[in-house]
Amino acid sequence: MTTATAQADRTVLGKPESPATRIVRQLSRAPVHLTLLIIGLLWLVPTFGLFMISIFDPARAATEGWWNIFSDPSTATFENYRALFANDQIVASLKVTALVTLGATILPVVIAALAGYAFAWIEFPGRDWIFIGLIALLALPIQMALIPIFRLYNTLNIYDTIIGLILFHTAFALPFAIFLLRNFFIGIPKDLMEAARIDGASEMRIFFRLILPLGLPAVASLGIFQVLFVWNDLIVGLTLAQDNQPIAPVISAQLRQFSSNLDLIAPAAFVSLIVPLTIFLAFQRYFVQGLLAGSVK
Amino acid sequence: MTSTSASVAGESPTAVPPPQPSLWRRHSTALAFLGPALVMLVVWYVYPTIATVIRSLQSDQGSEFVWFDNYRRIFTDDVLVTAIKNNAIWVAVVPAAVTAFGLVFAVLTERIRWAVAFKFALFAPLAISLFAAGVIWRSTMYQKDPNIGALNHVIGVTKEAFSPAGVLSEAQPSTKDLKESKDGGISFARELRSGDTALLGLTAIPPDEIPSNAGQAADPEPVQSGIAGVVWRDFKPGGGKPGEVEQEEQGIPGVTVELRDQSGKEVQSATTATDGTFAFRSVGNGSYTVAIGAATFAQPFGGVSWLGPKLVTPAIIIAYLWTAAGFAMVVIASGLASLPRDVLEAARTDGASEFQVFRRVTVPLLAPVLLVVFVTQIIGVLKVFDIVLAIAPASTRNDATVLALEMWRKSFSGQNQFGVGAALAVFLFLLVIPILILNVRRFRRENA
Repeated sequence: MTTATAQADRTVLGKPESPATRIVRQLSRAPVHLTLLIIGLLWLVPTFGLFMISIFDPARAATEGWWNIFSDPSTATFENYRALFANDQIVASLKVTALVTLGATILPVVIAALAGYAFAWIEFPGRDWIFIGLIALLALPIQMALIPIFRLYNTLNIYDTIIGLILFHTAFALPFAIFLLRNFFIGIPKDLMEAARIDGASEMRIFFRLILPLGLPAVASLGIFQVLFVWNDLIVGLTLAQDNQPIAPVISAQLRQFSSNLDLIAPAAFVSLIVPLTIFLAFQRYFVQGLLAGSVK
Repeated sequence: MTSTSASVAGESPTAVPPPQPSLWRRHSTALAFLGPALVMLVVWYVYPTIATVIRSLQSDQGSEFVWFDNYRRIFTDDVLVTAIKNNAIWVAVVPAAVTAFGLVFAVLTERIRWAVAFKFALFAPLAISLFAAGVIWRSTMYQKDPNIGALNHVIGVTKEAFSPAGVLSEAQPSTKDLKESKDGGISFARELRSGDTALLGLTAIPPDEIPSNAGQAADPEPVQSGIAGVVWRDFKPGGGKPGEVEQEEQGIPGVTVELRDQSGKEVQSATTATDGTFAFRSVGNGSYTVAIGAATFAQPFGGVSWLGPKLVTPAIIIAYLWTAAGFAMVVIASGLASLPRDVLEAARTDGASEFQVFRRVTVPLLAPVLLVVFVTQIIGVLKVFDIVLAIAPASTRNDATVLALEMWRKSFSGQNQFGVGAALAVFLFLLVIPILILNVRRFRRENA
């Protein structure tokens, strides 16, 4: 195609569309719209189905499909949820989950912010090598730590404690958190730092007054990430706790009698997922930012 | 040393600036900032890594060094070999599938106004734990009973629409005059000629399978140059005589009866009336057989065993794709948004079709992003644990198992095989080392 005709085409494209052309163009894309609509709806079915089971009379759930609730909506019952919140073990595990999530979000964010600042703005020998070691740790499987930490926790008497779970999650959040924050802090204009230093501000002062406020978006997305990650954990709680387990390990113990325990499993699973889902919904923007900044974990 | 501190030191009244204290002060600041992180990394990363490597060389009790015995067990233990195979399947299928799904969805949603809603639907499962995702799929989709499991329900309904279950699923011949044919139908043993009649008596029919319009069975009237017969329930309260149509015995309406010639080819078919009778008219010379086709006895759909030994891994993989596709879509969509518009436009104005633009321009430009998604998925898939634990029932856990799950089971589920558990952890670590190197290389290139 010659340049001349290309130019001509471009002029045609540049013309405002007549309504007829627009309708034709929209119609030609109708199959795409329809396909996406169907896929999108299908994607929601499983989660929705779990909610349906959770409000289904257990006797009926054993013999009927959850979709039958549509034909007879009056049979929906919140009895399963009432029983769930009357179950001491479940309530205790939800508390443990909340406390561990809280502690294991704040602690790593603080520690990683300090370290991230050091890696970004303080010179010290071996800085680059330590940072490269940190990046290498990003891919280390959690399984590598389980056996020795299980032993260590028993020796230190912090097996089956909330603090033990918080410390484990904190440590395993650090490489990613430091990586993310260091990369964000390093983007802060150098002049700003130099000016603060010439004014005689201490590193601590610079950190709290300059870096943290400027780094808030990164800290926020890291926090959201960590809340979801810790709340959703199974393997750490399963390995390092017994009577003080978070919700996911407690549900997993019920899976052995899956069918007969479904009236407990379904509402418990739904409660356990609605919390991170809500947080995700509320802070989606930060979550996506974090995801894009470091899809390496 | 930064120029700032050097110049500050140079202006101090003592002509010879002592660099040591300043240096130390700088390092002590760095240490104060880094200290907590370094301590934690040493205790929770460095020490366990060394300890696990040593532990993997010791016996399960930890009493003696067995060197590489534990690693040999990984490749000889049946369950562990299955785990390796399953991990290989996961790595071969999932990263490619997730990347492909993400790419297609990202491109399709690119110029759609309500894309946000679609993206949310696909992205939401990412906020849910893999464990909860497993519980979701197991309880809503994968139950075997088509009355409870959504997937089997859909298959059952579809199947019923195309090949409905037979009128009689459990019926048996009542006399030796009938025999079960190889294809699952029932045929009359004797050969028939024009003018003959056939009595097709059946028993063992559950009462709820008798059609509601069934009436008193009738003896068939012979038909001129035809073959007549009756299909009836050869049983009445108290028993009755097998092979005879009696009072209180019901005809079975709606059964398709076939007339076959000597080669076994179907030449006519007829449907029974309310009294169970049927007739073939204008039957030529020669001998024939009469049979009830297999379709009449077709069993209703009993459900696919999604969580049986054969399908359990594919079933878990499908559930995993459900959680991961949204991640890929969002990452790829952001890559797509940052592509240079003018390059794409230039390709279009040069007459390239949408598909050509996609294949020749979009995909090559997106390659780095696609690689990130692909590599992220490889790491995720090698460590996959929760979703397998949640979906595979105890009966097929050994068929669905993966390395990370076995590491945990051997060590902590009461088996106390810490030696082989540690070896499995190290094995997993070795598998991710290439990715680790890739990460480091990428970082060094970007910061060169």
